[in-house]
Amino acid sequence: MTEVRNDLVAKRYAAERRFRFYGATALALTALFLAILLTDTVIKGIPAFHETSVELDVKVDPAEVDPNNPVGGNYDKMIKEAFRAEFPAVEGRTNQRALTALLSSGGADALRGMVVADPSIIGKTVTVPVLLSADADMFLKGMLTSQTVAPGTAALHIARLDGEEGFVLTGDKTGEEAEKELGLAPRDVVRFKGGALRVTGVENGYLKAVPVLATDPAVTTVGPGQWDIVSFSVPESNRRINDNQALWLDELKQEGRIENSFSWRFFEAGDSREPELAGIRGALVGSLLTVLVAIALALPLGIAAAIYLEEFAPKNKWTDVIEVNINNLAAVPSIIFGLLGLAVFLNFFGLPRSAPLVGGLVLALLVLPTIIIASRAALKAVPPSITEAALGVGASKQQAVFQHVLPLALPGIMTGTILGLARAFGETAPLLMIGMVAFIADIPSGFTSAATVLPVQVFLWSDLPELAFRSKTAAAIIVLLVVLFALNAAAIYLRKRFERRW
Amino acid sequence: MFLWTVLLIVLMAAIAYWAGRARAAGLAATGGARLHSLPSYHGLFAAAGAMIGGLALAIAGALIVGAQSAFMPVAAVIGGAIGAAPLYSMSSPDFRARNSFERIVLVVLICCSAVAILTTIGIVFSVLFESVIFFRSVSPIEFLFGTHWSPTGTPPSFGLIPLLAGTLLITAIAIVVAGPLGLLSAIYMAEYATPRLRGALKPILEILAGIPTVVLGFFAALTVAPLIRGSGEAMGLSVASESALAAGLVMGMMIVPLISSLSDDIINAVPQSLRDGSYAMGATKSETIKKVVLPAALPGIVSAFMLAISRAVGETMIVVMAAGLAANLTANPLAAVTTITVQIATLLVGDQEFDSPKTLSAFALGFVLFFFTLILNYIALRIVQKYREQYD
Amino acid sequence: MNAPVPHQTLVTPEKPKALASGQFKVTARGVDVYYGDKQAIKSLSIDIPDRSVSAFIGPSGCGKSTFLRCINRMNDTIPTCRVTGLIDVDKHDIYDPKIDVVQLRAKVGMVFQKPNPFPKSIYENVAYGPRIHGLAAGKTELDTIVEQSLRKAGLWEEAKDRLAQPGTGLSGGQQQRLCIARAIAVNPEVILMDEPCSALDPIATARIEELIDELRQNYCIVIVTHSMQQAARVSQLTAFFHLGTLVEYGDTDEMFTAPQEKRTQDYITGRFG
Repeated sequence: MTEVRNDLVAKRYAAERRFRFYGATALALTALFLAILLTDTVIKGIPAFHETSVELDVKVDPAEVDPNNPVGGNYDKMIKEAFRAEFPAVEGRTNQRALTALLSSGGADALRGMVVADPSIIGKTVTVPVLLSADADMFLKGMLTSQTVAPGTAALHIARLDGEEGFVLTGDKTGEEAEKELGLAPRDVVRFKGGALRVTGVENGYLKAVPVLATDPAVTTVGPGQWDIVSFSVPESNRRINDNQALWLDELKQEGRIENSFSWRFFEAGDSREPELAGIRGALVGSLLTVLVAIALALPLGIAAAIYLEEFAPKNKWTDVIEVNINNLAAVPSIIFGLLGLAVFLNFFGLPRSAPLVGGLVLALLVLPTIIIASRAALKAVPPSITEAALGVGASKQQAVFQHVLPLALPGIMTGTILGLARAFGETAPLLMIGMVAFIADIPSGFTSAATVLPVQVFLWSDLPELAFRSKTAAAIIVLLVVLFALNAAAIYLRKRFERRW
Repeated sequence: MFLWTVLLIVLMAAIAYWAGRARAAGLAATGGARLHSLPSYHGLFAAAGAMIGGLALAIAGALIVGAQSAFMPVAAVIGGAIGAAPLYSMSSPDFRARNSFERIVLVVLICCSAVAILTTIGIVFSVLFESVIFFRSVSPIEFLFGTHWSPTGTPPSFGLIPLLAGTLLITAIAIVVAGPLGLLSAIYMAEYATPRLRGALKPILEILAGIPTVVLGFFAALTVAPLIRGSGEAMGLSVASESALAAGLVMGMMIVPLISSLSDDIINAVPQSLRDGSYAMGATKSETIKKVVLPAALPGIVSAFMLAISRAVGETMIVVMAAGLAANLTANPLAAVTTITVQIATLLVGDQEFDSPKTLSAFALGFVLFFFTLILNYIALRIVQKYREQYD
Repeated sequence: MNAPVPHQTLVTPEKPKALASGQFKVTARGVDVYYGDKQAIKSLSIDIPDRSVSAFIGPSGCGKSTFLRCINRMNDTIPTCRVTGLIDVDKHDIYDPKIDVVQLRAKVGMVFQKPNPFPKSIYENVAYGPRIHGLAAGKTELDTIVEQSLRKAGLWEEAKDRLAQPGTGLSGGQQQRLCIARAIAVNPEVILMDEPCSALDPIATARIEELIDELRQNYCIVIVTHSMQQAARVSQLTAFFHLGTLVEYGDTDEMFTAPQEKRTQDYITGRFG
């Protein structure tokens, strides 16, 4: 008689453990991907929720503002002048332009707001936060380069070479040995009271440097601990803030003039070409209007269709066709719905491009199958005994359905609808086709005004070359995901709260 | 105008309801006769008339005069009155208002379910119509079998093959990633995980399924693609910055929840009696899964894969953001390829000229995409249906 | 304080004839089975002899199927199920952690209420067990096992020309015999049958009953049945279960002619159940 082979059993159990491990690994990998995706987005996006400004004492010049029309004042000029006054040593057009480039082109908004709110301050000097440019903001957040400052330990001698540009740095020794002794490397910046020099390297036996800031020629010796070595991880040519700008910002920071605050602007402003001024208000309003249209159409249509198909439709070829059609429609690529919107709503009916109305129509058709399928499942879950009981006391079939079955199925229908809503809220591709992809700085005012939606805003920003927009994109994604999670949580809550087992 | 029209139609319906109801109630009070239907049904009947009349005239007005015109609200009021009046006057104690109203409701319900059909017809006609115009200037043979795609070149060429190859390459990568991950996850969830663990694991897949593709596209383009490029270069390979691999990998992760949830349903539908039969023979759990459950679930799993392929082929945002625009005919996953959906999106974003083959070719691509996915979906759904019937 | 509940024990005033004649294949002592908090079997003890048919009868929910599923640990597949007490097969405690459930089930086969052939060919259905347990060295040996098993299950003549066709294409009775052949193919010593005829028509039932009678020569068979006639026809020993306890166990003929217990009498005369 053959026996169960014991030697095989060990192998079989090993195979069992292996298989189980594969399954757990698959789930772990999926979870890991999700975790990386979310963490990466949050890390990229969090900085964009903060903005950086500098506190300036600005004299509101009566010559530049008309008290009767405070909005039209030349505030830009005032803040630029105030900013230049902070750095009296900065001379020359190029340097001054580099200095004012640190301020945002919308930097004067806060001052304008103050004056408009209270024109009596015209002529006085006020302290006002001035928004910094995106590049300055990114530098201060440490996203352009990392920066280390080390105190110089040896005595530093600075000499000007006759007939040549630049300076020669020596310690007790010269040349390469000086480089070692002073702890310097090419590209390092030597900062001391009275100037700042950038080390260029050893040349003809001398350790040479060029000025970064205006350097006082009178300073020839700086004692140990009196100077700093500032080094950047990214070379100057590869970043949008050059060394002198970086040193100015450092100076402001040391004085405690830099203010980092939560960026309400991100939620209150429309789109902008300037990263520090761009916000998602326009996209959020556009999304809201679009989804509103979509749900106002898809919900009644979906429920009506589901009621007909589940409760009234005879079982015949025609309803079979509708059923197969709905199931197929649910799996049609969303971009195809965009083509439909473009060809039918824009070209045939002549509805306006980029409008939330058209976007809503397209999304309504897109989520309709989902809502019908979910609603049918909810209606099916209500036991037939409910209908029979209603019919038994003389109600018509429609009364039974509308007064008894539908209310019982409503939580299920709402759950399905919210999930459809979430899908509509995150949908991008079909909206590209109907022109919701344009740059629109204004907050949309109605269903037919040009608008964009949050996911499309993400797409638009992700395409821009500025590093600052990358952060904005991630921040917009965080907002998008928070809204979606809230919608899903609402659906889960509804399901749990009203779940009924028959 | 649009909002006003809607409000006016609702207002007309409300007036008609109130009038109809009052009249019926009056009939009952003065005539002393017993009404066949409740007064509110007389009201609803009249209101339905107002609604239908108002909508019909407003839409007709919009089509003739234009959606923006002030005629729409006016049309709504006139239409509402015309629609409500005859129904209102039909009111009498013997009048079967409920039956008549229910007949109207039924017709409305039927119309609503026909919207799904209309959508399909709309899709077919919108892609077909423009495609036909496109094929007047470009022969279908050249389109279907051409190996060069350059719609903006001089002269432009419209060969589908490179796009199809690119689409299939990225889809293949996605399925290679998502197939094992999704199927194994489903098996683990359905067969091994305790209910508690399942409760903890399911949200992971649900969250992943709910992440908009534009987010995944951003991740693919800005995180995954540089990572692949970097590690490829470290190994001495030349990797395009918009490699098919990056788009395919992330698309694969997008599809994992789809395959997993479909397979989970299907594995759960395999009757417990088959598992019992196998366990009673002394089979281990994995032997039972591999030799009994999976073969029994095979048709369903095949259809899950088909739906996943259809989803990958039709996915737009990930490839628009992470795959390239260059129509290379290659099977190298490290090279940049373009897909049908990328081309549709690129051709139709921005200026559209409906008289140039460049814009129209997007619709021809849409036509190909629609029918390709339709066939896949149709077959897959039929298999699932057959499969369900087998075990019901 | 309540008085302690008296412990229920096996009621066997004297050993029945059939019990004395055979060697005990399966023995159970003080078995309790719980589904969650609900106790399905209370302190059950029984001795089942080899090469005989024992029938478990009793009203629905009396625990007879539950106990049957304990004998090859099929209850392990139900997460909330808990078994305490002692069940021995061939003097080995099958709930001993050292016992390998895979090998146990190869030794204690099972046939279910509803025929459940795998959605594979007839041949593959029977070959499944030998394959997973590595019983056959080669194709010819496997062919032999399949043929012998089908012969023993009385299905060979009907199935030999359609071995490659799906097992699900057979009639209900044939499917059940296929399941029996599938169980036999791994050379079990005990075959558990959980109402094997309840889904079959009378003719198919008769064939299965004949088959059970033939198999008795080589196997220890335990059958759960709802039909008292069937128990009387096929079994040598009958056990009557009620509310999770074994009420009476003994020689089938005696049980149906002169039951010792009032409850058994009431059940077999159709007063409840």
